[in-house]
Amino acid sequence: MSEMTKIVKTTANILFPFSLLFGLYVIAHGHLTPGGGFQGGAIVASGCVLLLVAYGSGWVFNRIKKNHLVTFESIGAIGFITVALLGLIFSTVFFGNFLAGSDTLFGTTPATGSTQADFNTGGILPLMNFAVGIKVIAGLFVIVLVMAYASSRKEENQ
Amino acid sequence: MEKRTVAAVLAFTIVVVFFLFSMVLIHPFGEPRQVQMDDYIITNTQNETGTNNGVTSVVFDYRGFDTLGEATILFSAVAGVLMIFRRVKQ
Amino acid sequence: MIEFVPYIAVVAMMFIGLYAVMFRRNLIKIVIGISIIESGVNLFLITLGYREGGVAPIYTSLPPGIIAPEEMVLPVPQALTLTSIVIGVAVLALMLSLVMHINRKYGTLDVQKIRRLKE
Repeated sequence: MSEMTKIVKTTANILFPFSLLFGLYVIAHGHLTPGGGFQGGAIVASGCVLLLVAYGSGWVFNRIKKNHLVTFESIGAIGFITVALLGLIFSTVFFGNFLAGSDTLFGTTPATGSTQADFNTGGILPLMNFAVGIKVIAGLFVIVLVMAYASSRKEENQ
Repeated sequence: MEKRTVAAVLAFTIVVVFFLFSMVLIHPFGEPRQVQMDDYIITNTQNETGTNNGVTSVVFDYRGFDTLGEATILFSAVAGVLMIFRRVKQ
Repeated sequence: MIEFVPYIAVVAMMFIGLYAVMFRRNLIKIVIGISIIESGVNLFLITLGYREGGVAPIYTSLPPGIIAPEEMVLPVPQALTLTSIVIGVAVLALMLSLVMHINRKYGTLDVQKIRRLKE
């Protein structure tokens, strides 16, 4: 894929921070509003693909090292499994919620019925939301980047 | 017509009849039959899990094992795509 | 009869997808047909969990006057639909990679010309 004109590049430069901010908001507030890890990860990945389309896949593939993106995804997967195994150690059930109802990080219990949003609630859910969000961002961006670069190399070989 | 086209149209018609027949017998839209598990989850989400969101507590706390399987599928899909487009350098 | 409308939509999507998989020759059209079938199945999973006159099962700033579990929709089918959508994305990515590889090796996308294993 070749690169596009200057108007498209400037528009993509302006729109990318907004989609990044909105996606991180949807990931971080997964235990209060509709959303969560998978939905927010898809929003940020679509913002990254917008940059890939505007700048051309050859330039982006030579700047970003593929091993760094693969390591990023593995960090998300290992974080998910670590939180689940910590549940096994601290509360005798796999995926046990050992932070709900205690006094540490995310521990307060919300009142019954319709409440206002309190960010300090949730137990282990915000940690798992962040791990899954990082995994989905890196995974979707790597898939689109590799397929775009392979198709552009095939065009210039024929 | 060839025999293969006749067999394909016959199989398609059998699947169509099967779908339409089972659409009449399903429960009407808006009155689910078995709701005990979901009523328990809705009334006890804020005590046991500590969140306000019922869907996220089902995805990550009451049925977290399915989310583990889904993360594995995403990981293996990325590994498969990277393996197909690998170039062996001569 | 008006209460069957979501089920009619699901059945129509399955027909269109099944027709595209069985009776078309281009590989990309077959992949699109499989994706339409998966969208129909996700729609069916969500319509199984609807309760008449219900709101979303979220307690943050509920609209006033909702009795707690009898007027909320069921949350479990929504969680299973989330998993199904992600599985659909993964299968679609692998299918498109294989179609690109077949096109590079055989030079064509017609299903009836790709019938022998090529050296």
